[in-house]
Amino acid sequence: MRERTTSQIQPAQVAGLTLGEGVEMFRSMLGKALGLVGYTIQYGCIAHCAFEYIGEFVVCSGPSMEPTIVNHDVVFSERMSRHLFKIQKGDIVIAKSPFDPNMNICKRVIGLEGDKICTSAQSDLFKTHTFVPMGHVWLEGDNLRNSTDSRNYGPIPYGLIRGRVCLKLWPLHSFGTLSESPTKRIIKAQSDSDSD
Amino acid sequence: MGVTSLSSTGSCKIQLGATCNCSHACVLIQGEITLQFFQMAQQTSAWRRYMQAFISGFFVAVPVTVTLLDKLAYVARVEGASMQPFLNPDVGAQCDVVLLNRWSVKNYHVQRGDIVSVVSPRNPKQKIIKRVIGLEGDFIRTLGYKNQYVRVPDGHFWIEGDHHGHSLDSNSFGPVSVGLLHGRASHIIWPPNRWQHIKPSLLPNRELLYTEEDGE
Repeated sequence: MRERTTSQIQPAQVAGLTLGEGVEMFRSMLGKALGLVGYTIQYGCIAHCAFEYIGEFVVCSGPSMEPTIVNHDVVFSERMSRHLFKIQKGDIVIAKSPFDPNMNICKRVIGLEGDKICTSAQSDLFKTHTFVPMGHVWLEGDNLRNSTDSRNYGPIPYGLIRGRVCLKLWPLHSFGTLSESPTKRIIKAQSDSDSD
Repeated sequence: MGVTSLSSTGSCKIQLGATCNCSHACVLIQGEITLQFFQMAQQTSAWRRYMQAFISGFFVAVPVTVTLLDKLAYVARVEGASMQPFLNPDVGAQCDVVLLNRWSVKNYHVQRGDIVSVVSPRNPKQKIIKRVIGLEGDFIRTLGYKNQYVRVPDGHFWIEGDHHGHSLDSNSFGPVSVGLLHGRASHIIWPPNRWQHIKPSLLPNRELLYTEEDGE
């Protein structure tokens, strides 16, 4: 004679559950709920690690990086360069704003620590220079006329940098890597340039 | 009792209520009282099972641990004399170990008198641990800074080590941007005789001159 095993519960008999069968159903639902919570935590942690150590998608707004990045562009910024301290002159970086840590700014690195920066405007007769202090970077937007950057608030600490923009994703007609600085504000070291 | 046949892959037929005393790994096929077992080469199965368990455990444990360290809490050893006499009071003895709470600073809310860890503005590979003296909008009197009175700008705060003169802090490099905030030291957890909860408190000679906060 075949016996019904305890793990089978006939749906037609839900209305007339005994106490034992009710407890069994509750325990199996609790087990499934805990399993779901466990999976959510696991995938949430994997997502956090991906966004924190690999890269993230950023929607840019504002005119300060035109023509390289215009309003409503979507770019991909990678995090590894920042964690390995391999940000270089000429990179476009996403950084936390020095005046509001919840806001991000997107600018180009013009100088690293120890570099000489020309702080006078192009029309001035006498050129003034400063040196970027230790542990700081000098950021400027590509659209020099319409950008508040290190020319206004000075160099920012390297620790505020979040990631390096490496790829533009949207709009599709300008998909791809980003171009070099159009402003010629980057003073390259003597060994870099042969004919300039 | 009741075991009738054994083979390399086969089934033990047993009677109702009996147990199968064979030495094979038997699997109960649902609904059947028959137990079926599979003979596998013992060595490769154990190794493969171990590797599969290790890899799946690795992919669970590493992201969860990294996320916990980034988001919740962090344990760090305090080195140096810049926070004496509160932290590391004995120079020869072991260094204090503190618990850094990262969850409470995720919205960048700190109080005056908190002990916080901050990414050093001079060296981004290093974290420094100091006390918060002033928040944005406060007027403070500095000890050894280029200006004697400073208004802390928006989005910045002023940190100092308790041991004036042996501390590289805002008196050297000025107000620090709040975006560099890393964590708040909430407990001293080592050595065991110095177990305590750290409460925000200001030294008596480091109070503010004036604050722009509402209601003060």
